[in-house]
Parts: sequence; structure tokens; C-alpha cells
Amino acid sequence: MTRLLTMKNLVIEGFQKETWSQIVSGVDLHVDRGEVMGLIGESGAGKSTIGIASMGFCRPGCRIVNGSIQFGDTEMTMASDAVLRRIRGVRISYVAQSAAASFDPAHRLIRQHAEAPVRHGIMSHTEAELHARELYRRFDLPDPDTIGNRFPHQVSGGQLQRAMVAMAMACKPDLIVFDEPTTALDVTTQIEVLATIKEAIRDLNSAAIYITHDLAVVAQVADRIMVLRHGKVVEEGPSRALLASPKEDYTRALLSVRKGGGTKIPHRHEGEPLLDIEGVTAAYGGGPPVLQDVNLRLTRGKTVALVGESGSGKSSLARVITGLLPPARGSIAFDGAELPAKLGDRQKETLRRIQMIYQMPDVALNPRQKVHEILGRPVEFYFGTRGTEKRRRVAELLEQIELSDHYLTRFPSELSGGEKQRVCIARALATKPDLIICDEVTSALDQLVAKEILKLLQRLQNELGVSYLFITHDLATVKAIADEIVVMLQGKVVEHGTREEVLTPPHHEYTELLLASVPEMDPDWLDNLLKTRVGAKLREGPASERLSRIER
Amino acid sequence: MSKLSAYILKRIAFAFVTLFVISVLISLGVEFLPGDLAKSILGQQATAEALAAFRAELGLDQPLHVRYIEWLGGLMRWDLGRSLANDIPVADLIGARLSNTLFLAVVAAAIAVPLSVLLGLLAALFKETPFDKLVSMTTLTTISFPEFLVAYILIALLAVELPLFPSMANVTPAMDFWDRLHAIALPVSTLVLVVVAHIMRLTRAALINVLGRPYIEMAQLKGMTRAWIILYHALPNSLAPIINVIVINLAYLVVGVVVVEVVFVYPGLGQLLADSVSKRDLPVVQASGLIFAATYVLLNLGADVLSVLANPRLRHPK
Repeated sequence: MTRLLTMKNLVIEGFQKETWSQIVSGVDLHVDRGEVMGLIGESGAGKSTIGIASMGFCRPGCRIVNGSIQFGDTEMTMASDAVLRRIRGVRISYVAQSAAASFDPAHRLIRQHAEAPVRHGIMSHTEAELHARELYRRFDLPDPDTIGNRFPHQVSGGQLQRAMVAMAMACKPDLIVFDEPTTALDVTTQIEVLATIKEAIRDLNSAAIYITHDLAVVAQVADRIMVLRHGKVVEEGPSRALLASPKEDYTRALLSVRKGGGTKIPHRHEGEPLLDIEGVTAAYGGGPPVLQDVNLRLTRGKTVALVGESGSGKSSLARVITGLLPPARGSIAFDGAELPAKLGDRQKETLRRIQMIYQMPDVALNPRQKVHEILGRPVEFYFGTRGTEKRRRVAELLEQIELSDHYLTRFPSELSGGEKQRVCIARALATKPDLIICDEVTSALDQLVAKEILKLLQRLQNELGVSYLFITHDLATVKAIADEIVVMLQGKVVEHGTREEVLTPPHHEYTELLLASVPEMDPDWLDNLLKTRVGAKLREGPASERLSRIER
Repeated sequence: MSKLSAYILKRIAFAFVTLFVISVLISLGVEFLPGDLAKSILGQQATAEALAAFRAELGLDQPLHVRYIEWLGGLMRWDLGRSLANDIPVADLIGARLSNTLFLAVVAAAIAVPLSVLLGLLAALFKETPFDKLVSMTTLTTISFPEFLVAYILIALLAVELPLFPSMANVTPAMDFWDRLHAIALPVSTLVLVVVAHIMRLTRAALINVLGRPYIEMAQLKGMTRAWIILYHALPNSLAPIINVIVINLAYLVVGVVVVEVVFVYPGLGQLLADSVSKRDLPVVQASGLIFAATYVLLNLGADVLSVLANPRLRHPK
């Protein structure tokens, strides 16, 4: 094999808080022709920065200060703009995390596909479009001859991501940089895209750098894996060897993260019904119903996980329970009493007893308020507590979320993602609620941090007896925390039962599909899966079409 | 597209409501101004009887709502009434003035719009270079001066020091096109300086805003040149704000030029309106006010429709 890309002692700095600080500190990396290199690490590990640095590119506010990047015969750190432009998109191409954001909304897909080959003078427009349609067909996109004429917003997320993989291959590059290409997708969609990526790499025999935070995903595609943390290499090795016998503690922690969760202690109030939703049907405006005849029961001190892919109606159900979306039909009983449908009709006391924690702690906290103001407000609002008593209660809340007093005077911008989510949890606890609705509370967090948050939530439930309605698309989270599981699909409940009932076979067909789609560490998992019955189903087409088939 | 035409029809219906409300407000506004037409024509020395007789002759002794309804009835028959001060049909009085104002606006727009969009594109292309800084500084300067000051500076430089253009922009029906252009050179320059600054700065800002989007990075990583990225990727995605600022400035060119017309003694509609307000010549004020309001409403409608057309999500629904 010949060496394609060599990075030596790469140092990249980013401008943050008035100073330059290192994001990548002395990384050595090489990729051979036809080889797939997996870069793995949590956010802030510098993996994306390294990935695009291979194209001689730095995001605004970053600079390469040291080291060399040798691609073929070109030293990328010294090359002129014109030389770099002839390499970018032609010999090295890029697949971004969000195809929806990385396709220009103003132009048709095939135009954007043809842009690089035509502008670089490699193909005529007709040739480029012909090649595009060929790739669309090979990647199982529906209507491969015409899908290119659509605009990005007219194509589903998974299809768009596959179209972007096709676009990256437009000039038959030597190296493709995949930057978290499946992170934003549902599990079943992720498989379609992973299969496409694997096929693309195999067919073209091109090399790739595959960046992700998910070891199980990278295990499916990479020949070698490099684990990064804080801009430094933790360890590196062939995929199978690294997964089988990791040398470093950090890698072991990443490997074990999926097993997470805390231990459950039965609570004395357990068993009393708290929330009873019956026959709820709801729609936004005059639109089609997003919830159809949904039943859900939640007992005190328990956790019900509400599982489904995007668009299944999970968050809409949360909006119905909180009163933001009054249902067209059906009833909600809370602790034995009927809940008024509209938020405005509810008593302050009811509002106090149902709290929410959101997916994005960044936007759920007021950036202008310090932590003690954020936590003090609900304490004062619901209990009229002031002065010393309020300070004592706020300190107690901080203790419950395992943060020290130093955090009282900090602004949200001075907290890490996990700390922000802890503050959101404390804010919900401040009202001493009976029910907390957790809407994808760990999805925006790194896996190790998410694990800690789940542990915290479990401990709080053991201590306080609060009930959770846990909305998530992540089945690993469900296994860790749920007592009961409700699976939703297109606004309907397709399966519900205790965790054991739902997670042990026989499953409802859709549950089986969901469960089978969660990547496993086994490097042969994807190949094996695609050979099976479930795999065949996964490749049949976009989720919505599949689902309607299951419905029938 | 049928959705779009329904939208346009709805907007036009709203436009008529808006114009009706504006005409009521104008009537009330003129009514509440101190002084009246009779006094301003007959002078301070006129006797009470003379004033009363004059008012009766013009129907000014009628209560306001009666006069308003009469005026509205006339409007329905395309009759704008007669000027109280000059006793000639308002339509005749306004016609010539309006075409002068439109001439000035069209010439200024024809220069300012392409120039400012081009400058905005270049400033975004060469962001933070000396060129960008020079253009930004210059436009900030012209935007900061009141327009009449810009006008006087231009007169001092180009009419007094270097007598190239007339300081009085007097146009008559006898003049041919080129003579007219020469006559209005200074007011046009004043307007262009003010308008270019606005449009250019917003075009630059809209483009730079879009340049932070992931699809721009994608285009860079596809090896596209900066000029191509700005023209092909950034411009189509920043059309909506650019269209809006252009339209606001077009409306300004028709409606907001009163000061410039007064400085250059240009026989436009703005000056007529100013005169008529001081004489309390209600029919002229009403007609001019409605023309201004209609210009605003129509241009804004145009901007909204163009913005819808510029958005591929609305143009090509799922």
C-alpha cells in the first residue's frame, strides 16, 4: 500500500476568550491508499479540526501553527490557495454532519453535485449529471433519475445524507473525510447511510477518514482507529485489536459507556397511578393529527421511556401533557384529577407538580442569569421563599446535583454541557415536582457525560420518588433507565410494557427494527445485519414507507 | 402558484384598507392644524364676515365628516376635487409634479441600485481589506450626514466652486431628456449618496451573514473560488433582505425626497405637499398623501412577493 496522507506533529490553535489556545497538540497520523482511518473522541477532542486540516483548511478563528500535512506530493500547509483548490473537492472531498445544513438551499441537488467536476474542468455538465444519477442508483436512492432535480428541503434527512456521500464521490477522490455523517440521524436511517458509506469506500477503493464519537459506528467502517482526547492521541491501532483489547483507561471507558445507568431502589409510594392519558388525539392547527388515540399510564416513582424516531409524536405528547398543545380528543388525569387541556386553565399548583428538562441545556438557561438566580426563581415563585431560607434551598439543590457552592455565582456560559444539564435538572427539582418530563436530555451530551446524567437522575428518583417520562430515540438510554417502555410510530403507540417485556422477544415488528438498528461494537455487525431479514427491511427504503408497510 | 395569487389578492385588499385609514388620518391631521385656508389666503387683516363668506364658498363651513364623505365620493368617480388655494383640478396640479418626482426617483434608482449591490458584493468579497474599509467608511460618512447637508456640500463643490451643474434644479416641459438630466444632476447625486450607503451596507451584511453557513464551508471544501461562492451560493440566499432594503430605499426616493426637492427648488410632488400643508389645501394634501402611501404599500407588497419567489422552500413546496 502506498502512503496517501501523512500528518506530523500537527499543532492547531483556536482563538477563544481573547487568547490562542491549542485544539490539536502534536498529532501524528497517516492514511494509506484504500484505507479507512477512524477518528474517535468526545466533543473538543479536535477530531473535526484534524479531519478538515487534511484538506489544508482551517475554520475561521483557527490556525495551523506547527507540523506538516503531506498529501501525495503536496505539503498542504505551504500550498497556495490555487493549489489547495485543485485538491479540495477533486482529490479529497468532505461529507459533513448535517446534509440539511451543508447543501445550499437555493440550488437543486444535482447542480450542487456537478459543481465540483464542472467547475474544476474534469467533466462536462452532462457527464457529471450522468455520473450523479449512476451514484444515486447505486446508493438505492428512490427515483435516481429525477431525485437530483429536487431541492434539499424536498428530500428526507437520510436520503440527503446519502446524496451528500454521492456528491463527495463526484470527482472520484483519493480520500474522503466523513465528519460525523450519521450523528444527526435516527438509528434506522443511520444504517442506510452507513451501508452507503461502506459501499462507497469499497467500490471506489478510496481512502477515508471517518470521524465520530460513537465507537460502535466506527467499528463498522474503519480499518484502524485513533482515539483522541483534548487534541492529543490517546491510542491508535487496528480496529479489531483496539476494540478487543484497549490499552488505555479512557478507551475502556468509551467502550463500556453503553452499559451505563444506576441501580434502582423501589420507592414507598410506588404503584399509585400518577398520570393517566386516555385516547389523546392532537394536531397542530388544522394539520394532520400528530397523535392518534394515545394511551399512556405512569405510576408514581417510575420511569416510563417514550421511544420513537423523529416525527413519531414523542415531543408532541409532552406538549399535550404540559398543556402547550391542547388535544382535540381524549383526557389526561393527573394524580386522580382531570387536567385542564389548556395551560392557561391550569392551577399554579398543577404547574408546579409537572416540570420539564430539555434537550439543549444551552438554550434552556437564561444566559444573563447566574446559577443562583436560575434556581432561586422557581423557589420564590412557587413557595414564596426568600432571604436565608431561599439561599439554603438553592444550596441544597446544588448539592443534590453534585455541584459545589462555587457554581452559585457562575453564568451558564461558564459551565460545561453536562453542568448546564445538571442545573436544568436542579431547576426542575426546585419546585418539588411529582413528574419530570425529560425530553431527549442526554442526546446533546457526550456519551460519558450522558452516562453521569443518567446516574444522577436515577439517584434522584431513588431519593425523592419523582416520576420521569423519559423521551428518547436512544435505546441504550432506555435500557439504562426505564421501568416501562412505550414505543411510538407515526403518532400511535405500537407497543408498551415493562422494560423486560418490550426488550425480550418476541417484539413488535417495529420495535425489532429499532433494536436491531442500534450499532454494536462487533466490527462484523453491519455486514451480518444487512444479510438478515431485518437488514433487508432496513434497505427497502425510507422509514416512512417501511412503517406504513408494517402498519398494514 | 394559486396560493401566491391568493396571497397577493389578500394583500391588495389589505392595501385598500390601509389607504382608507391613512386618508382619514390625513383629514384629521389637517383639521387639527392651527390656522386655516381662509386666513392664509385673505391675510390677518380680513374681517370675520369675509372669512365666513370665503369658507362658505369653498364648503369649509361644513363639518369635517361631511367634507370627507364628499371627497371620498369624488374619489370613487376618479375625481380628486379642486385645489382650494389655486382653484384648478387637483389632478392637473399633481400630474406634472408627480412625473417630475418619478423622473428624479427613477434616475436616482437606476444609478444607485446596481452600484450599491455591486459595491456590497465587492465589499463582502474583499472583506476586511483596505477596499472594504474604504467603502464602509465612505458610506458610513454619507449616511451620517443629514441629506440637506450633503445637498449643500454638493452645491458648494459642484455648482459654486466648480460651476458644472445648476444649483436650482428647475425643469420645464420644454426641456429635452439630456437637459433634464443635467438639471437634476445634483439632487440625483444627493439621493444616490444617501441610498447607496444604505443598500450597500445591508447587502454586505446579508452576504457576510450567509457566508458563515455550513454550505459555504462545503463549497470552500469543494475547491470553489471566493468570487464564485459569493455569486452562486451567498447571493441567492441573501436575496430576501437585499430586496427589502432596495424597496425601502425606492420608497424613500419617491416619498422621502421632500427635503431634497426643497433644497434644489425642484418642482416635485414633495414640494407641492409641503406648500399645500402650509396653506391647509386639504384636497391636494389628501391626494399627495394617498399617492405617497400607495407607493409605500405597493412597493412593500412587491418586496414581499419577490421575497417569497426568492425562497426555494416557498417556490418549490414539498
